[in-house]
Amino acid sequence: MPDLRAHLAREATDRRRPDGTIYRSLSTAAAGRLAGELKAALRHIERTALGMGILPERYARNMTTLSLEDQQRLLGCTACIVGVGGLGGHVAEILARLGVGRLRLVDGDRFEDSNLNRQRFADMASLGQSKVAAAREQIAAINPALEVVTLAERLTTDNWPALLGDADIALDCLDTLQARRDLQAACRKAKIPMVSAAVAGVSGQIAVIHPQDQGLAALYGDLAAAPDRGAETTLGNLPYAVTMLASLECSEAVKTLLGRDSTLHGGLLIFDLEDLSFEVIRLEG
Amino acid sequence: MAFHITIKLFATLRPYAPADADHYAVAPGTTVADVVRKLDIPVKDAKLIFINNIRRELDTPLQDGDRLGIFPPVGGG
Repeated sequence: MPDLRAHLAREATDRRRPDGTIYRSLSTAAAGRLAGELKAALRHIERTALGMGILPERYARNMTTLSLEDQQRLLGCTACIVGVGGLGGHVAEILARLGVGRLRLVDGDRFEDSNLNRQRFADMASLGQSKVAAAREQIAAINPALEVVTLAERLTTDNWPALLGDADIALDCLDTLQARRDLQAACRKAKIPMVSAAVAGVSGQIAVIHPQDQGLAALYGDLAAAPDRGAETTLGNLPYAVTMLASLECSEAVKTLLGRDSTLHGGLLIFDLEDLSFEVIRLEG
Repeated sequence: MAFHITIKLFATLRPYAPADADHYAVAPGTTVADVVRKLDIPVKDAKLIFINNIRRELDTPLQDGDRLGIFPPVGGG
């Protein structure tokens, strides 16, 4: 769309980072105006701008930890967030603000009172509503450039192809071992990596599992014999442990999507905020 | 001749930690399972065992200076 490129070149302005370096910027107002005038998708406008070395200003503070190329790549990625409760709600918000272009939100549940202590999209207005519908609405208010697909279902060994779609990565934000096991089986078949996390009280664990890995069995032992739920049935799920773990999941997902070799892959991070212990354990090999 | 290990228990297992967890005496040949039994840790909760930050099993023998960690199954989201 040469017309779009000409418009972008005209709309871009020079801005200065806090460190004094100058970059070409596209404001959200200008991007929105172009989307309306040219009947083009915002995500397409942002990706085209990035390809021209113009940074959509909403991603300005992602630089320079992310490069323009990284940002462009993330906008072209699809992340499937499986479970949109405690972990998944915060993961969805972070990936939306970060600019991961397409999000698939999978959760068949509705918000209930006990979700209010930690779940990002649970509030007095969304109680009783579908979690994915509430999430989509709020994500659109944060970053309308994203393509968000909502799937109000539980992922199973049968329906996974329709739910994972063409996702590049899955984020395990589930709350039972059975559901995690089904997701792992689906990711193996789809040949995509998954970032898996679980929380109990103020403790948590996170791993990056690739299709060829031993995966969850390295964490829970014999999966057929493992209990479906863990210490969280007694300890609950504290919001700051949940948000921390959600942040770690996003960090690992981004590094995995960008092909960086600094991920947790092959290891497991566990933490206990009660005494501030953080350990990275080598799982295999 | 006894030697010493350190023991670190997480989440629901924390209350089972002995007072001398930082300098816990064990006899040669002692395995993780022996320590789990001695401390009354429910075996079903001793799923994720690591020694010096490498995942190990219940039957792994302990060595002088080992750092033993045990994390229970967690599944919340």
